[in-house]
Amino acid sequence: MPDAPRKPTPSSLLPPPGHPKRKRNEEKRRAARRSSDLTPPNSVDTERGTVVITGICGRLGRRLARQLHRERHVIGVDRRDFLDRPKDIEHFQIDVRRKKTQDIFRHGEVAALVHLGVMHNPRGSDEDHHTWNVAGFQKLLDYVGQYNVPKVVLLSSANVYGPRPENAHFLKEDAPLLAAGKFSEMRDLVELDMLAQSFFWKRPETETVILRPTHILGTVKNAPSNYLRLKVVPRLMGFDPMVQVVHQDDVVRAIRLALQPGVRGIFNVAGPKPLALSEALTSLGRATVPVPHPLAERGLARMWRWRMTSFPAPELDFIRYVCMVDDTRSREVLGYEHKYDIQQTLSAVDDERWV
Amino acid sequence: MSVDPDRPMHYSGSTNMREPSNALARLTDLAANDVIPLAQRLYGGAVRTADDLALKMLGSDFDDRSAQLRAHYEEVGGDPFGIDPDTAKYAVVAAAFFHRFWFRTSVHGVENVPAGRVLLIANHSGQVPIDGAIIGAAMFLDADPPRLIRAMVEKWAVTLPFVATLFARVGQVVGVPENARLLLKQGEPLLVFPEGAKGVSKPFTERYQLTDFGLGFMRLAIETNTPIVPVAVIGAEEQFINFGNVKWAARALGAPSFPIVPQWLVPGAQMPLPTKYHLHFGEAMRFSGDPDDDDAVIEEKVWVVKQTIQSMLNRGLKKRKSIFF
Repeated sequence: MPDAPRKPTPSSLLPPPGHPKRKRNEEKRRAARRSSDLTPPNSVDTERGTVVITGICGRLGRRLARQLHRERHVIGVDRRDFLDRPKDIEHFQIDVRRKKTQDIFRHGEVAALVHLGVMHNPRGSDEDHHTWNVAGFQKLLDYVGQYNVPKVVLLSSANVYGPRPENAHFLKEDAPLLAAGKFSEMRDLVELDMLAQSFFWKRPETETVILRPTHILGTVKNAPSNYLRLKVVPRLMGFDPMVQVVHQDDVVRAIRLALQPGVRGIFNVAGPKPLALSEALTSLGRATVPVPHPLAERGLARMWRWRMTSFPAPELDFIRYVCMVDDTRSREVLGYEHKYDIQQTLSAVDDERWV
Repeated sequence: MSVDPDRPMHYSGSTNMREPSNALARLTDLAANDVIPLAQRLYGGAVRTADDLALKMLGSDFDDRSAQLRAHYEEVGGDPFGIDPDTAKYAVVAAAFFHRFWFRTSVHGVENVPAGRVLLIANHSGQVPIDGAIIGAAMFLDADPPRLIRAMVEKWAVTLPFVATLFARVGQVVGVPENARLLLKQGEPLLVFPEGAKGVSKPFTERYQLTDFGLGFMRLAIETNTPIVPVAVIGAEEQFINFGNVKWAARALGAPSFPIVPQWLVPGAQMPLPTKYHLHFGEAMRFSGDPDDDDAVIEEKVWVVKQTIQSMLNRGLKKRKSIFF
């Protein structure tokens, strides 16, 4: 059976030491190790080389691209069109799942991959979501391995820990990722994070960085920003959890710090000190309506079905329980510091123009 | 909500938020224009009444104490758990009613509590756990400087509306080891009842007999090098007379216990009996060793604390002349 996958042989079944067959195998293994030592994965310029950014046309991606393109060659990959694109950014308007993505890695000497193209659209079909997020990212990681890209940065999210009543107040990077327990749409994002984690161990030559920022506020279109942009903000009656927020430009800076050579691992990213949700709403001057939780859950589920809202009902847990992170590691190892204070971070959701 | 002329009427980024229907818009307008201001006025009135009451009941010293506490938290740059000294103040007012007027607590040895991080280990009793609130009130009203006691709560308490918010505002945190470590790192006093829920519902025949202690607090104390102050609470066991626990009823209800307390059936006797509380704070104890040691080794150290509290209880009971005075 020549094609059967080879099972690991127990040592008792190996040829005895000194046997020619065993010698040959050992030599082969040593040669393989030597050749991998000889081909340095960092043949490209890790500091100034080309950066491939997926999901570049998102609001965060465009901000990152605008900051990066003056220093390094930037290649964008996104299904969407990059309007008002700086001329020196190369943009490929393609689907990451397509074969053409491989050409980008094959031709350019890519120094880093920044994966921002994570789809989180609870309205989208499960299948599309899954193949885009998991299969698409798996493909990208394959190319990274194949073409010796020395750096991968994944923008995951602190939401993968999940808001739960039994959460520690500040979750460290090694906390379990339990978000999918109550909110099954999150399982792609958890899986994505896990995929990057296993890649970290599988390929030590590549520096894999996973960033898990808390609620990003700004002109970005994500649930926390949209929530704070509502005219009259519904709250859960009797619940007022502490929340952490971070300004979009602080996240961009964290991504740029993660691109530095030598940085690897998982980093929680948070902004200023946490504050109670009600304080955040008061300082934004929003009128709030307290809604009892059972009513809110059922009402939101119905509104969701009738397409009256962009918030699925399980997201209510984010304004019910704490889901905050301990970002000491990113502040110590990454050298990250937030630049925007809490007032600036909160009011960023009302900014009109994104650059 | 009045329309602010300076504020742009266009809200960016909410394109995927469909405008709600007219009825909903009218409802939100009503909420913004009428209901919320009315609620705010009612709330403001309630707060003022509570302020007056607190001042009358507890004297001007009380304001000094809450100001000191607020200054302390401002000094350390706020509390990440969302403590609000102003809300905590009202919780203390409620507790102070029981502390000063109902149970007329006499506090002994509160000066034994060292400054900085400390673990208060106390016996748990009383069918309804008022003892924690009384210790909290004593540390706020009788200790110098006033301290805000932090305690750990069950995770289900966090799933209850209002309770969750109240607990967070008065400094109670979810009972996971990480939170305890963080609180001690902040230099807070942490109150722990190692008997747990089973200590609360002791029947009357087993009053002032400590049940098994958990070991977690000792590991925490050794790991963080925190002094332990043993606390004996006397008087709580007689506030509700428990004739025994019905196990099957507790199991059927999913409650930790089902005590038979005949006085609860008497109309108007739902309040605890006005026994006299005695709080005894012992001298600080320090332990060293390996926090990850065998249970047997940790148990010996826990036994020392347990025996200290038991003998404090015994001594206090011997000295006590009457349950009510």
